[in-house]
Order: sequence, then structure tokens, then C-alpha cells
Amino acid sequence: MCLGIPGKVIEIREVAGLQMGRVDFGGVRKEVCLAYVPEVVLGDYVIIHVGFAISRVDEDEAMQTLEILAQMGDMMEQELATMGPGMDAPAVVDDAPGTPAVMAGPAW
Amino acid sequence: MKYLDEYRDPVLARKLVAEIRRVTTRPWTIMEVCGGQTHTIVKQGIDESLPHGVRMIHGPGCPVCVTPLEQVDKALAIAARPDVIFTSYGDMLRVPGSTTDLLSLKARGADVRIVYSPLDSLKIALANPDRQVVFFAVGFETTAPANAMAVWQAAQLGIDNFSVLVSHVLVPPAMEALLSSPSNRVQAFLAAGHVCAVMGWNEYYPIAARYHVPIVVTGFEPLDLLEGILMAIVQLEEGRAEVENQYARAVRREGNPLAQETIFRVFEIGDRKWRGVGMIPASGYHLKPEFARFDAERRFHVEGIDTREHPACIAGAILTGEKTPLECTAYGVLCTPQKPLGAPMVSSEGTCAAFYSAGRGIGIEARPLPMVAPEALR
Repeated sequence: MCLGIPGKVIEIREVAGLQMGRVDFGGVRKEVCLAYVPEVVLGDYVIIHVGFAISRVDEDEAMQTLEILAQMGDMMEQELATMGPGMDAPAVVDDAPGTPAVMAGPAW
Repeated sequence: MKYLDEYRDPVLARKLVAEIRRVTTRPWTIMEVCGGQTHTIVKQGIDESLPHGVRMIHGPGCPVCVTPLEQVDKALAIAARPDVIFTSYGDMLRVPGSTTDLLSLKARGADVRIVYSPLDSLKIALANPDRQVVFFAVGFETTAPANAMAVWQAAQLGIDNFSVLVSHVLVPPAMEALLSSPSNRVQAFLAAGHVCAVMGWNEYYPIAARYHVPIVVTGFEPLDLLEGILMAIVQLEEGRAEVENQYARAVRREGNPLAQETIFRVFEIGDRKWRGVGMIPASGYHLKPEFARFDAERRFHVEGIDTREHPACIAGAILTGEKTPLECTAYGVLCTPQKPLGAPMVSSEGTCAAFYSAGRGIGIEARPLPMVAPEALR
């Protein structure tokens, strides 16, 4: 119930004084209430919870997050490259038995 | 799907895991508040990919799990009436009450219907003017705008055969209850992104300051969670305790003012009992007096219900993160998703159900492939 899913607004109309519409979730289409996001236009993405749009997805912010993540990785690769072989081991707090397998190998 | 697939990119996830390992020098304990986040963390093995010593505690943010037993028993008493069509979000149907659950009641002939949205309940009420239609209005701040709108519309349109059984809970008071407990181990929070999409994050500043805990508003996809964990650990390592927003694409500081307006037209804040946790002051929504005629508890006189939890269930300790399902003697033996003893085994957002579906501690080695597969890191 509590899972919100982003979907694309493909229809906007008014029903009994409420702004309603249809949203496409990758092929699955649902009738939703758009009363809480009056600013949306066709083609916008919204987060839907129990049939109500609670937030418009900000495309600029979405792109920015992905760019920061991608750049952060690049910066780290450069940093790791300067460390030389054997220096790319993770900052493990302790190496006690039970350390997850993913921690055993080098980062790349 | 757009805004989902790109936040599941294994290459970026791998980089984030490596960055988390790079910045971590000490053990830390972080709680993700929301059950939706728990589901992703356990399913994708995110907790198992973190540096040794960094521990994720799964928080109380599963609405199905914390709905108090009395409210479930009241739902059962109302749903059993021949004049009632009882409507609910699907995941409440298998939550065990003292004696039975809504699904079993339905199998015995009660008119219990699953709705996706509370507006669907209103449609059922309009189509069945000679029946009483009741909606089980449960959830956190995320479902409150929808549930409030249903009551508001019923009042506007004069749909008098509609009522709601309210069991609404609020996230920030639960965080404070956890932090002020003597057994608290939580050092940082990933706040529930969609709760904040509705309410914003202003109410977290006093909590972060009073208890000196970093609070990072975090989304639900694997990359969101890894970035939220990274932001929390960076704060912990630097000794900061600030409110930050990882989920900027969906959450603004002020939240959704229109949704808040409708919530507070219909609801007021009051004490609420949490299943497994107990009474938390000012932790829930109740109908305002002017909407009392839509209160199913009054309409059907279901006070004085005697409740009984299963003695083997440790749901309270699970919900507060004091124990994991693997420390429960009933887990996987007496208690399974097919035959749940307690609510955390019912909903996919519940910690026990998340552990079970990932095959943890039940002798199933073949788990869904973790997104950050061990071999991908070599």
C-alpha cells in the first residue's frame, strides 16, 4: 500500500469537481486523482500513492542526481588509480569471519 | 520504466558501494524508516554489501504491521455485519486479528472488497445506497491525503452510507519514541521519501538537533538507498547531525501544501497505539469532530473489544529493530507468509516477510541475484 510508483500523465480531466487523470506505468494505465498536483501537464511524471499523485517528479533534479552519482564514481576511480596496486582495498572496519563475500575482493 | 530503471543501474551501484567503503572508518548503525525501503534493501542484499560493522536496522514504517490489534478486531466486527460492504487496501486482508482475519471472514461470506484507492470505496457507496460502505483508513502520512479526500468528498457529495475506520500513524513521533528509548542504538535515519513528499522535512530539524542524529530524506530505489546511506555515513564520520535530502527529484522542503491542507481539514493529531510498540503520544490522525458522522467506530459501536496477540510473536521487538526475524523462534516454522502469526510477516513491507521472501534463515540458498553481485566486484 505504501509503495509509490512514478508514472507518466497521459490524460487530465475534471470529475465531480476533482482534477482526475490517467497515468501510464510502463504500459499499465490507471485512473488517478491529480488534485494535489494542479501544476502538472501532459507528459509530466508524478509519484502515485493509492491512486493519488502526491508529487511531480522534477526532471532537472532527477538528471542532476544521476550526473552527481556518475561523476562521483569517476572521481573515485581517479583517486583509486593514484593509490597503486594493493591500495584499493575497502575501508573495512574489521576483517572478522563473517565479513560478507562482496567485501573480500578488490573494488574493481 | 523511466525514473525506475536508471536508479537500479548496477555499475553506479557498484561505485556507490565502493565509495561507502572508502569513507567508512568506524561501525555505524543506521535505521531505514520505511517498509518499502526495507523491502529493497533486503531483496537487493544492500545491507550485506555494506562494510562490516555498518548495520542497517529495519524501522517501524510498515503501516500494515503497526495497525493496532484493536483496530483489526474492530474491522472484523464491522465487516461481519450483513448490512456492510467492508473495503480495504489489499494488504490488510491477511493481517491476523485476535481470532481471524478479513480474508477468512470473506471466505465465510462477508462482503469484503479490495480497493486500490479510497475513491473506489466512494464509488461503491454511490452504487449501493441501501448498504453501509466502510473503508479501512490505515497508513502513514502517504495515504492520508487520499483517505482525507475520500471523507471530504463524501461530505461534499452527501454520501451518508460511507464511513471510515481510521488507524493513521505518523512517522516523526515514532522516530522520537525510538530515539528516547534507553535501548536505542540508531545513530542515523534514512527518512521515508514519500512521507516527506507529502509533509516536507521541516519537522525533522528539531529531532536531528535534539538527539544529534543525521536524518537523510531518501528514496526507494537501490541507488537512492545507497546514496542515502553514503550521505548518512559521511555525516556520522564528520560528526554532523543535519537534515539532508537525497530524494530531490520528488521531495521539496515544504512537502505538498495542498495535500496537507486537505489532511488538516479532515483530521486532527492525537495519541495512537502502535501494534507491538504501544501508545505513542500525538502519533496519529483522528477525524475532526465535524466529520464524526463518518466515523465507523461510532456508527457501528465497536468499543470494548478484547484483544489477544499470539504468545510466540515478537513483532514489537522486530518493529523497533531490537531483534531480527532470525532471532524469533516462530520465524519460518510456526510463522510464514502463508500462515502469519504477526503483522510483519503479512505485508511485503514487513521485515519478517522481506526476510522470508529473500530466503533468509529458512534454508534456501538460491536467493534473487543481488544487484551488487559479489562477482561484479572482482
